[in-house]
Amino acid sequence: MSDDGADPADDAVPADRDYADWLDALADGDGFALVCSDGHGSLPPRRVCPECGAADLSREPLDETGTVETYSVVHVPSPRFADDAPYATAVVEFGPTRLTGIVRDGDRGSDATPDVEIGDSVAVDVGERATDGERLVVFRPAGES
Amino acid sequence: MTDVRVAGVGLTPFGSHPERTGRDLFGEAALRAFEDADVDRADVEELNYGNFMGALAEHQGHQAPLMAEAAGVRCPATRYESACASAGVAVREAVRTVAAGDADVVLAGGMERMTNLPTDEVTEGLAIAADDLFEVRAGVTFPGAYALMANAYFDAYGGSREDLAHVASKNHENAVPNEYAQYRKEVSVAEAMDAPPVAEPLHLYDACPITDGASALVLVSGEYAERHDLDAPVAVTGTGQGTDRMALGDREHLARTPAAADAADAAYADAGIEAADVDLAEVHDCFTIAEVLALESLGLFEHGEGITAAREGVTTADGDLPVNLSGGLKAKGHPVGATGGSQIAELTRLLRGDHPNSDRVPDAAVGVAHNAGGTVASAVVHVLEVAE
Repeated sequence: MSDDGADPADDAVPADRDYADWLDALADGDGFALVCSDGHGSLPPRRVCPECGAADLSREPLDETGTVETYSVVHVPSPRFADDAPYATAVVEFGPTRLTGIVRDGDRGSDATPDVEIGDSVAVDVGERATDGERLVVFRPAGES
Repeated sequence: MTDVRVAGVGLTPFGSHPERTGRDLFGEAALRAFEDADVDRADVEELNYGNFMGALAEHQGHQAPLMAEAAGVRCPATRYESACASAGVAVREAVRTVAAGDADVVLAGGMERMTNLPTDEVTEGLAIAADDLFEVRAGVTFPGAYALMANAYFDAYGGSREDLAHVASKNHENAVPNEYAQYRKEVSVAEAMDAPPVAEPLHLYDACPITDGASALVLVSGEYAERHDLDAPVAVTGTGQGTDRMALGDREHLARTPAAADAADAAYADAGIEAADVDLAEVHDCFTIAEVLALESLGLFEHGEGITAAREGVTTADGDLPVNLSGGLKAKGHPVGATGGSQIAELTRLLRGDHPNSDRVPDAAVGVAHNAGGTVASAVVHVLEVAE
């Protein structure tokens, strides 16, 4: 991967390490939130709970499936999503925290904008942007994965 | 606490000025503000300047000294950035500085240059007001974020696209006589309904335009105004600010904006007023749903009741509580880093009686300005009153 002479450190240390590690866990089916003793969930990196400042945060698994709390079908994308539009962005409750991502129906490409509704049950996965292959949080109808 | 008076206001025409530099835009607004104020610019003790994306739009950081030059003032100058609330926080710090007796004269306002960028780059630029890791990388655009709030609102309280179209139509009608407005044309509810989608349920006329422009205010102490025999009848009597979790998904409620409620509570307490005392409001309607959320957070409507305010005529120019008589961000335009200052400028003109829409509110004495950053992770509220 580095045969073009790029710094090998580029491979060793990903940019935004904590976010990359969290995405790796999500892709492995081990998605998690950081939860304080009062039950507030948040996403990494965290030194303290953003709600109450507690420092004793533990990794807790996300629920297997989540519930769509709101969504929007985006027709005018940013350049990074130029080839993905139209796509459905959703905010989904997964137990200790909510996640924001794109709803996709099975393994179909970016032209598949599913009929998402508030209250739908979805599972979380990691997919790729059609535009440039970057990883992103993807939701799929529960039971399909 | 010292009385804080608005001695002068200045705006550029809001619109598409891709050929004009930021320094020229702010220089024009400041010049107009000094002409309006009749204050010696040598008396200015601080410049508080709002700007959001100048590093992207003009490859220009460190803008405050540049804008001090443009305004012809030599004093401590600071740029404030709080996304779309950049000028709001700049004005707020100016108000606090004068109120605390630390300065008699402060120049405050802001500037944004946007139309020199292609639309997709503006979309990308505005998105940086959201959480890059957990929102932007997940496909959230600025309209998309408000669309998420709109669908959450409809789910929680009801309402429809047509209710939002009434907000757009109202604000466009208000902009028609305003010489500073970007879109001085009426838009019917049917036209708004038929416009193409941006991020459903929001369509083209639910969104504010992309705008270049600047705003400037000369704020002075009451003592300075008296000493110099200034005609400065409008006072800033209350200021408040609130902060919420950055990402929409981390908020307690997806269809409420408590940062604005916190800002309003603080500003009302500062002014010694209640929501019921408010005669008119300029609120941050970057999208039509944002006006609805603002009205509810300001305590002017109960949760779930702001959605029909425009349709029922309560917030129209002839209603009991006119909202966005300037045309709002929706039709007057939204040069991001200038907006918070322009709202105060417009309220001042409306209360003084020299705004083209002043005759719609001849007896108004109390106005409120609501300026929001991002999806209201930041909010600033000011109370303006006609002083005795």
